[in-house]
Amino acid sequence: MLILTCPCCGVTAEETEFHAGGEAHLKRFGPGSDNADFENYLFMRENPKGVHFERWRHNNGCGKWFYAARCTMTLEVFGTYLAQTYEPPADLCAKISAKRPGWSWGRFS
Amino acid sequence: MSTRLATGGRLLNKARAVAFNFNKTAMKGFEGDTLALALLANDQMLIGRSFKYHRPRGLVASGAEEPNGLVNMGQGGKFEPNQRVTTTELFDGLTAESQNHWPSLEFDVGAVNAKLSRFMPAGFYYKMFIHPRPLWKHVYEPIIRAAAGLGKAPKDLDADTYEHFYAFCDVLVIGAGVAGLQAAKSAASSGAKVLLLEQNAHLGGRAPVDGGQINDQSADEFITTITAELAAMENVTIRTRTMGSGVYDHGYVLGYERLTDHAPDLAGPRHRLWRIRAGHIVTATGAIERPLSFAGNDIPGVMLAGAVRDYAVNYGVSIGDRTVVVTNNDDAYRTAITLKHAGLDVPVILDARVLATDSALVAQAKALGIRVLMGHAISSVQGGKRVTGVSVCSQAGEGSVLEEITCDVVAMSGGWSPVVHLWSHCGGKLTWDDAQAHFRPDPSRAPTGDKGQAFVTCAGSANGEMGLAEIMADADAAGKAAATAMGFKPKTQQAPSAVTVAEAAMMPVWLMPQGAGYKLRSKTWLDYQNDVKVSDVQLAAQEGFESVEHAKRYTTLGMATDQGKLSNINGLAILSDALNQPIPQTGTTTFRPPYTPISMGSVGGEARGHVFQPVRRTPMYDWHDENGADWEPVGQWRRPYAYVRDGETVHDAVMRETKNTREALGILDASTLGKLIVKGADAGKFLDMLYTNMMSTLKVGKCRYGLMCNENGFLSDDGVVARIDDDTFLCHTTTGGAETIHGHMEEWLQTEWWDWDVYVANVTEQYAQVAVVGPNARTALERLGGMDVSAESLGFMEWADGTLGGFDVRVYRISFSGELSYEIAVPASQGQAFWDALMAVGADLGAMPYGTECLHILRAEKGFIMIGDETDGTVIPQDLGLGWAISKKKEDYLGKRAQEREHMASSERWKLVGLETVDGSTLPDGAYAVGEGTNANGQRNMIGRVTSSYHSPNLNKGIAMGLVLHGPDRMGEVITFPGTDGKNYEAKIVSPIFYDPEGEKPNV
Amino acid sequence: MSNLVTALNGASDANGIATITEVPLQGMITLRGDLSKAAIKTAATTAAGVDMPGQSQANMNGASGITWMSTDELLILCPYGDVAANLATMTKALAKTHALAVDVSDARASFTVSGPNARDVMAKLVPVDLAKGSFEPGMFRRTRMAQVAAAFWMTDADTFQIVCFRSVADYVFEVLKIAAQPGSEVDFL
Repeated sequence: MLILTCPCCGVTAEETEFHAGGEAHLKRFGPGSDNADFENYLFMRENPKGVHFERWRHNNGCGKWFYAARCTMTLEVFGTYLAQTYEPPADLCAKISAKRPGWSWGRFS
Repeated sequence: MSTRLATGGRLLNKARAVAFNFNKTAMKGFEGDTLALALLANDQMLIGRSFKYHRPRGLVASGAEEPNGLVNMGQGGKFEPNQRVTTTELFDGLTAESQNHWPSLEFDVGAVNAKLSRFMPAGFYYKMFIHPRPLWKHVYEPIIRAAAGLGKAPKDLDADTYEHFYAFCDVLVIGAGVAGLQAAKSAASSGAKVLLLEQNAHLGGRAPVDGGQINDQSADEFITTITAELAAMENVTIRTRTMGSGVYDHGYVLGYERLTDHAPDLAGPRHRLWRIRAGHIVTATGAIERPLSFAGNDIPGVMLAGAVRDYAVNYGVSIGDRTVVVTNNDDAYRTAITLKHAGLDVPVILDARVLATDSALVAQAKALGIRVLMGHAISSVQGGKRVTGVSVCSQAGEGSVLEEITCDVVAMSGGWSPVVHLWSHCGGKLTWDDAQAHFRPDPSRAPTGDKGQAFVTCAGSANGEMGLAEIMADADAAGKAAATAMGFKPKTQQAPSAVTVAEAAMMPVWLMPQGAGYKLRSKTWLDYQNDVKVSDVQLAAQEGFESVEHAKRYTTLGMATDQGKLSNINGLAILSDALNQPIPQTGTTTFRPPYTPISMGSVGGEARGHVFQPVRRTPMYDWHDENGADWEPVGQWRRPYAYVRDGETVHDAVMRETKNTREALGILDASTLGKLIVKGADAGKFLDMLYTNMMSTLKVGKCRYGLMCNENGFLSDDGVVARIDDDTFLCHTTTGGAETIHGHMEEWLQTEWWDWDVYVANVTEQYAQVAVVGPNARTALERLGGMDVSAESLGFMEWADGTLGGFDVRVYRISFSGELSYEIAVPASQGQAFWDALMAVGADLGAMPYGTECLHILRAEKGFIMIGDETDGTVIPQDLGLGWAISKKKEDYLGKRAQEREHMASSERWKLVGLETVDGSTLPDGAYAVGEGTNANGQRNMIGRVTSSYHSPNLNKGIAMGLVLHGPDRMGEVITFPGTDGKNYEAKIVSPIFYDPEGEKPNV
Repeated sequence: MSNLVTALNGASDANGIATITEVPLQGMITLRGDLSKAAIKTAATTAAGVDMPGQSQANMNGASGITWMSTDELLILCPYGDVAANLATMTKALAKTHALAVDVSDARASFTVSGPNARDVMAKLVPVDLAKGSFEPGMFRRTRMAQVAAAFWMTDADTFQIVCFRSVADYVFEVLKIAAQPGSEVDFL
């Protein structure tokens, strides 16, 4: 069972305090978008063996959503960060690069 | 025979006798005994029957690794099967019964399987019962199930209680042998918070049995000293009778504490499951001796050499008078020496090795006058329910008997394997140690934690260190390393000094004699618990089950509670030999938690009986309960399905309530409906995105029904929105939707529109909400008095704040029934008082409470949809004729884009209609309508299904709603619904609005 | 009003290793807003009569206080009878500020767990390190309690106060009683 640190309230807690919310950094496509973009938004998901970015909600705590960078192989959590962003923070990406040289995920690397 | 010795028994209190009962026979033991010991002291060698062949089985080991000694314990609410006698502490009044036999342990009919064993090789069941197919379900499976399994399932409710406990520590040490004690001390010297778990009742492990000096003290003295030192340290906690059962991700460990198993009269929970989050874990779990593979090695009286020694030293029990020791290493000589010192006879030590010079232990044994035969082996063991002798042969040959030796015990040792289970549970890898012929932890491939750090260190013999000096040094280093890993600075104290007795190298022996033929191999057991023989594993390899995981499942080797404790290496070696590859190439199977079985009760903890799961109660719960409520679970809530009066059936009550609400006055506890406050300058814009219809144009004081969809376009929730003021809305959700819709709103606000000025608060439980429904509704409220609820002042779909009967209320004039209806919200703490006041003024107006089934019928009569009935996660509002609630003006709302997808816009989607049976009966809920022709699989084509179906007492006929292909265009057509009862139900397609189609009733 | 009742009508149990008592109706106001804004701080501290708490802290003074719920949310505690007046004052003071203040007093149930074994009892139900030094008066924690959401703080060295939803008051009271059953001391924390 994972432990995660909520970047909003600073609490480090076990997984039962959180709720997993799928892939992070999805770009929403609404009315007027073409079929391919909408399909990608609605259905297509990363399924990496390694570095992954995902959404979590601290639902039994402060109630806030946040993002986590995690290795799906080793379960190492590289870091968590606020959800009000379109991309992972640069310092986190650098930290991941140090540990997993050459990683890439979606449009990030 | 096995018996109690005059001397020995360091763990016993011989001053206190304990009376117990085995197979209905009264027996006696001492305080400190395990059930195993007490049985042996009473010469009960035969403990049970084996799983598959029902062979007589006795004890093999002395601890958690014991595969045979499983019994049914206790009676009634305390009954539990498969209890391990070697870890069950004796207490006054204990009752146990052997299992897996019929009619008796001594005479078991199932033993005929043993005679048939050559016809029941590995995979027998798979091969035999596959054909003919139809026989499996009704013939083979019931018979096999009746014959299989160990123990009986308990029938009574468990009389005990259990609990969890969340514990946090810097360093967790599992196992309190001398290595664990030392690791704990070395770690604790740094100030780190240390928790030390020991599965047994006593500390110190097997060092006192094996002998040796630590810090110039005897092992016993050292244990006493270090235990006192640890007890004096505030940062150390020691828990005995607590097994480290499993190691999981990120330093999560389950500890299984047995609080009252040894003393059932103690108050408190029986077991406590420790849910530990440890910074670093040291596993000092010791090593387990391996059996040797020779014919007849499962006959009662054949035991591990270490166990024979344990029983003599710790409990003063001799297994028999004449013990033949058979070994491939020096350690077993300690058993021979111990027995000799106890005055027992050791006719011979059969050592498979040929040593150039005698090692210290060999020399000591010889000096005691014990006959040692080097290069020799056991060809087979004689005996049935008890060993009577052994046939001696050369290890190098095929088993020609050189000599017969009479004995009643065989003490065997095939070397020792580290207990690597906990290391491996969370991904720790192993490396093969050629010299010791075992797998040991590979510290370069440790389990890793949340920061990528190694979080488990093994210590002592669990780490593959077998000499006392090396064990103590390793334990000290492990403790210090664990503390250092957690950022503490251990004191630079020296590791304790100890001397390792030099031993001659062991020699791997996987089969005895090495050239044993099929006849011997098919009597040579690898896994006692699962009845797997050498010949079974060889057959698996021969039939192509070459992967160790496949071979394991084909043969059942190392499955179940054994988890390979005794069988692992021996089985792997046989498999490797059959495949002509080295053991490391074969690899090991996966070790899974728990290390030994833990009770289901402990897993559940407090969650049983009335707190198995939370039950949510409205403020009027007790009133409902006292007034005949037939409860219905709705999410975690309990809502009255109907209020059943004396002499009524539930159906009668529903019919009565439904008629009364239309004709007089119905009162509904609607408190469970979700209530979310949405406030801010952008609240209107936000709700326009969430609902399919326009909410921003709603006027203050008004209410509007709204639909919510997810981004897939599917309808997810509905409810009435009230505008409280310019920037404040109150959104009602379904009962089940309050938390999810609140979460849904927060999700979009936090992760997509975080720059919008909107705050949401869930005030669902702040209010008790009561629906007052029916022609007399207004009169009842007017009698309460305090505010104007007339049609002129409070029109349909309006709300107002005020007082009623002295209560501060908010009144919504909304209707889910099609009647004149008010929903009244009062603070929850006044909910019951308000309800009482309403019932009092309504008494002569026909006021009756009604339940959820009545609510359903009322709404179905009106053709109102219900989330979860008409919707199932694949239905869009357009399917339900709700196009009027979808804004055409809005550029965007959640789900809009998805509803434009080709399939969503298709005219072939099933659409909502009303359904009326031709004969007035009620359609089966969920029934499907059949159309012309068949599909590609030859099944009849489906053209619709029933989504809601009720008997309407107001209309006196069955009414239903359903989704039907081209339904709205087929009004009046009759379609057929085959029922599961074999009947065909004919139903006419009609409008879904059965009652008051003009909608005049709620507007009065 | 005399007909005000808490969820369990003041239930109490002292048969186990700690005393569990339902707290009388407690005034509670949820305040959402930008916690760094002066108007929000003033509204909160004026109503509660205590200073703003830090992250994951509770500033309590008897039945009044402020607890830190989230980055943009406070729970303001005050006497039950003062809620309406406090809300009115806050709403007025926050008229020009993006904020939400709402009465949640009736939406909650509250319990105290007290006695020398209070830490043991709590640690059986919440996945939180409650060892002395790790959790002390002044701290505030929202978490999972058995199977429901709950929040708690310590009012003194031997007493926890718990807030949960009103609908699960019976569940919380019952699981606390089980956790406090006689003979279940742990002696670890």
